[in-house]
Amino acid sequence: MRILFYILQKEFTQIFRNRSMLPIIFVMPLVQMLILVFAATNELRQVDLAIVDYDHSYSSRDMVAGIVGNPFFKVQKLLANSQEAEELLMRNKIDLALVIPRHFDKDLNMNKSAEVQVLVDAINGNAAQLSLSYLSSVIGSFSQKVLINPIKPEFRQTKNIVIKPSYWFNPQLNYKYYMAPGILVVLITVVGMLLGGMNLVREKELGTIEQINVTPLKKWQFIAGKLLPFLVIGLFDLAFGLLVAKLAFNIPVRGSLVLLFSLASVYLVLVLSWGLFISTISDTQQQATFVSFFSLIVFIMMSGLFTPVESMPDWAQKIDFINPLFYFVKIMRSVLLKGSNFADIFNEFAALSAFAVSMFGLAIFRYRKTS
Amino acid sequence: MITTEPVITVKNMVKKFGTFVANDNLNFEVYKGEIFGFIGANGAGKTTAIRILCGLSTPTSGEMKVAGFDIYRQTEKIKQNIGYMSQKFSLYEDLTINENIRFFGGIYGMKIGERKARTIEMLERLELKEFANRKIGDLPLGWKQKLAFSIAILHNPRIVFLDEPTGGVDPITRRQFWNLIYEAVEKGITVFVTTHYMDEAEYCDRVSIMADGRIVALDTPEKLKKQYDAANMDEVFLKIAR
Repeated sequence: MRILFYILQKEFTQIFRNRSMLPIIFVMPLVQMLILVFAATNELRQVDLAIVDYDHSYSSRDMVAGIVGNPFFKVQKLLANSQEAEELLMRNKIDLALVIPRHFDKDLNMNKSAEVQVLVDAINGNAAQLSLSYLSSVIGSFSQKVLINPIKPEFRQTKNIVIKPSYWFNPQLNYKYYMAPGILVVLITVVGMLLGGMNLVREKELGTIEQINVTPLKKWQFIAGKLLPFLVIGLFDLAFGLLVAKLAFNIPVRGSLVLLFSLASVYLVLVLSWGLFISTISDTQQQATFVSFFSLIVFIMMSGLFTPVESMPDWAQKIDFINPLFYFVKIMRSVLLKGSNFADIFNEFAALSAFAVSMFGLAIFRYRKTS
Repeated sequence: MITTEPVITVKNMVKKFGTFVANDNLNFEVYKGEIFGFIGANGAGKTTAIRILCGLSTPTSGEMKVAGFDIYRQTEKIKQNIGYMSQKFSLYEDLTINENIRFFGGIYGMKIGERKARTIEMLERLELKEFANRKIGDLPLGWKQKLAFSIAILHNPRIVFLDEPTGGVDPITRRQFWNLIYEAVEKGITVFVTTHYMDEAEYCDRVSIMADGRIVALDTPEKLKKQYDAANMDEVFLKIAR
């Protein structure tokens, strides 16, 4: 224990003597929280829309007025024919075109139902679905009788059943509430995976690790000495990031912070061990950075941070079983937004703990004092 | 105080890197209290041998004992009993002299009182007392080398391994460095040193001359000079190398 103290003393002295360290610790959380939370959003605003009105009737003008008045849509043009609308779609000038056919007014009054056509730029499928459903609800509020006829038949909406949603945990559907906990996970993952690993490989590059390797220092002591300082820094950054998120977005903190930080410690041991393991098999900082970034990107993309895990293919969901981010993103969102307690997230905790212990063991095992 | 009690025994040491044979069947003993020199050109296999004896590298085959411990099975026990100064300067340049001493003394498990006493003694001896809180990176190379040696023997090891410790330093500093080595020997530390400076070979009790991974001669400098009818070790080396 006394020996570990000397190692930690040395590591902390070096970390805080390093001039680039303080900016990393303070600037990274600020940038990630203030920029990424805004950038990583699925919310749609200002959808560019063109309208082709073949009917020029009282009803059609009334409906168009309702759309123009909606802040969600930015009506680019009122066009004469649908060819023009198609051309604008091709040239990426608009995202959406609404075509109101002749006899719209007549159909509406005579047949008690009328059809309109909607052309959607569906390159971003997600955004396309979303803007179409917004448009539907605007039209729907104009009249329950208008049948929307989109190009893709699956999008066909029927208005017979009215659903009144009740959104739990995030009633305003505030996207930032959803993203901020996830971005916090990315933040401490980057800190964990890169800082500890880089530190170890640097000793290899400088040759100072040789002087350590000829001492009777135990392997676990060395690895623990590289891990613990960055565990502290990771937890500090989590606290700092959480504070920024609270002040900037007022994200809810419904669960216990003690629980959150305890789980974060387990998670940090895991990612730090992973970074240290990578650096035990690397000879240079470039190698270690490359391998770390590669695994980081795979883990982040598959974590359910940006895209729901449920929409991934079955095999991909199985791979997520070993993805630490998958568990911790879930934990963060549950504890912060739902106020989940320890029992609620026990499975995630158990998985993380098992992985943390094995990864720490693997990093120690793979660190060789003798080559 | 040279004895014939071996502290290092090497039998049939072989180290291969792929097809390249770095150490080709080395056999020698190092006696307690002596200065044992490993002389040879660059690439002769000196560093490879020293790294194996320090437990930094595994030999391909052979039997070796250091400080009475087996090199394969008791590596960590060997490490408690040796000091090592590598070719590449490897103290922490971003830490001060005091911080480096505290760290290395600490991980060797030295008692605080003992470490403090030895630190004072060492800094006085090196005349570096007023620089104790300077970062090592700011010091001239000669000072760094003397510090590295002093820190390598801080925990009072039985053997100290020095791999080309005087590379790149001026003749006066080299002379001072060798004085430090003699003082260590007086304290009972056995010194295993590699060098390619032939004047330094004269300072050793016994030297082994290496070429192409093999030991081609091993004896006291006097006997080698007599055997090869040479005025100094430089001539001995040139005659053998030819």
